[in-house]
Amino acid sequence: MTSEFPHTPPRKSYTFSDAVNADIRRAAATGIYDIRGGGTKRFLPHFDDLLFLGASISRYPLEGYREKCATDVWLGTRHAKKPIHLDIPVTIAGMSFGALSGPAKEALGRGASAAGTSTTTGDGGMTEEERGHSKTLVYQYLPSRYGMNPDDLRRADAIEVVVGQGAKPGGGGMLLGQKISDRVAMMRNLPKGIDQRSACRHPDWTGPDDLEIKILELREITDWEKPIYVKIGGARPYYDTALAVKAGADVVVLDGMQGGTAATQDVFIEHVGQPILACIPQAVKALQDLGMHRKVQLIVSGGIRSGADVAKAMALGADAVAIGTAALIALGDNDPALEAEYQKLGTTAGAYDDWHEGKDPAGITTQDPELYSRFDPVLGGRRLTNYLKVMTLEAQTIARACGKNHLHNLEPEDLCALTIEAAAMAGVPIAGTSWIPGRNGSF
Amino acid sequence: MKSNVLEQTATQTFDLSARGLRELNSSLHALSGATNMTAWEVVNPKGAHAIAAGVDAPVDISVMGSTGYYCAGMNKQATIRVKGSAGPGVAENMMSGTVIVDGDASQYAGATGRGGLLVIKGNASSRCGISMKGVEIVVHGNIGHMSAFMAQSGSLVVCGDAGDALGDSLYEAKLFVRGSVKSLGADCIEKEMRPEHLEHLADLLRRGECDPTIKPEEFRRYGSARKLYNFNIDNASAY
Ligand SMILES: Cc1cc2nc3c(=O)[nH]c(=O)nc-3n(C[C@H](O)[C@H](O)[C@H](O)COP(=O)(O)O)c2cc1C
Repeated sequence: MTSEFPHTPPRKSYTFSDAVNADIRRAAATGIYDIRGGGTKRFLPHFDDLLFLGASISRYPLEGYREKCATDVWLGTRHAKKPIHLDIPVTIAGMSFGALSGPAKEALGRGASAAGTSTTTGDGGMTEEERGHSKTLVYQYLPSRYGMNPDDLRRADAIEVVVGQGAKPGGGGMLLGQKISDRVAMMRNLPKGIDQRSACRHPDWTGPDDLEIKILELREITDWEKPIYVKIGGARPYYDTALAVKAGADVVVLDGMQGGTAATQDVFIEHVGQPILACIPQAVKALQDLGMHRKVQLIVSGGIRSGADVAKAMALGADAVAIGTAALIALGDNDPALEAEYQKLGTTAGAYDDWHEGKDPAGITTQDPELYSRFDPVLGGRRLTNYLKVMTLEAQTIARACGKNHLHNLEPEDLCALTIEAAAMAGVPIAGTSWIPGRNGSF
Repeated sequence: MKSNVLEQTATQTFDLSARGLRELNSSLHALSGATNMTAWEVVNPKGAHAIAAGVDAPVDISVMGSTGYYCAGMNKQATIRVKGSAGPGVAENMMSGTVIVDGDASQYAGATGRGGLLVIKGNASSRCGISMKGVEIVVHGNIGHMSAFMAQSGSLVVCGDAGDALGDSLYEAKLFVRGSVKSLGADCIEKEMRPEHLEHLADLLRRGECDPTIKPEEFRRYGSARKLYNFNIDNASAY
């Protein structure tokens, strides 16, 4: 008779999980860190951890479909002679030509313009596809200054000085050789096929006092017409927002750690920065402390997916939001219809993030003409417009339920949190209590 | 006379401290190739920032004194002379035309410049020609550390000495130094001076208004070893 004692079942380590071990093996085999696109994949406190209270006896709702709930937003009213007026507060975030194909840029322009909102250039300069199809185009002023020139500054509708990105606050850009096609190389003035790493700091200014002079120069070059945005990653949002305001920004763009990227080290994406939920209240506090809330507008991004996220961001005090990843998904990125092709690339729809390799079967994150010609920019634009309109309708539905006739009238008082973490970060009470961790009140 | 009505002939004299920066730059931006107001003198610059930034016309502008940050920023076509020294970022991202600084230039002179000629008759501080993308820069004196960092294309000529980490992580820019180089940055090496380089250098020395006794043969050429163009873990210590 064999032993009646059962064997200890095999048990894998939580610390050294299969995924961790695979990472170690990959590093050992390749000698290079993992580079990928997209945003954080780990679990983070997010808008899902907030709920709206809705109307009650003390607050009455607006009639859905009948009573107006406005959604428009003005950006750049502080100093610009020509501030921007958008119909909806959901903008398209800066995504580089190089990372994205020309047709994808065109689709973003078409989709955003039809929905009454703006698009943004990105590292690598302005393309005709995007300028031509975007009613309102924000031109990024990045450390690399690829393609930067005064003519494009003047034909932009706003200028965005990029200090940081949520996926990699403190990091520069990266575009690997596979995507440096002739056109991309020419626009960036680089040899074809090299692994291009763009700088993380601007070449001709450092610190807030210099930034103020840089903004002055950009205003002078464009005769004070264009709104000037300053984009920061979610590192120290209170101080960064205050310093951007001090430097003369018309608009602060705040990108939390969930924010997507075209290509960055995985270790950077997953371990640097703060979730957008934690960032918004700090930025709003900085604006309020300076008496500038709503005078300098705040655009927030990083993992925004739905009208509920838009409404929550706005209730916390943002004037508008920006989307990157969600816009790409609306265009057709990671679509299960392409599963067979994702399988061939060793991945699966929903997990494909090797955008830097330029093999995107959806034709969006590639410079390969065979792949990007599969992508229909008219259809893509239509899909994006639909999606933007749905997000807006969703946000309006919530705002009306909270009794608000403009999305901007949503406020923290309309919210509660499901977790202690989210309550502490967002500065709203835990559901069923008046307790905001770190502030007054109790269970 | 309304202050913004400018004389239609002869040199336009613009008193910057009396009339302000916005009026100066908007007047200059209003000029086009067809203008007959082709000579400008900016008096009382008093170290102001962004003087003559964003000009796009074939005009001649003399700034009668020293300037603050970003003088002649993004210049196109114009010839801009600073009759004094220039603060940080002079002629940053210039596209074309000529910018001549009679005195010294502070940090980041000619940063990201894409075309045209920048001449500095004195010395230039650190990061001269950083991230340059086609501009030609001629410095009569010395340049500071980290000059031509990530320089992509164009030429930097230094008649004096260069500081530490010259040409760090540079791409295809050409660097010519007559004096000593304190140290070379990552991936920057000395390269052979071939006849075409000597010819190009002679032209730059002439256009850069250098002392005619200075000969191209007295320079050494530096450029990219191109070892960092494609990532290799065994080069990681170079970063
Ligand atoms: C493909 C791609 C390319 C990007 N390129 C840039 C860029 O060139 N400049 C920049 O400031 N941000 C860039 N970003 C970041 C976006 O502007 C934005 O901050 C981010 O996507 C927002 O988060 P979300 O993707 O969760 O919506 C990029 C993002 C993606 C997904």
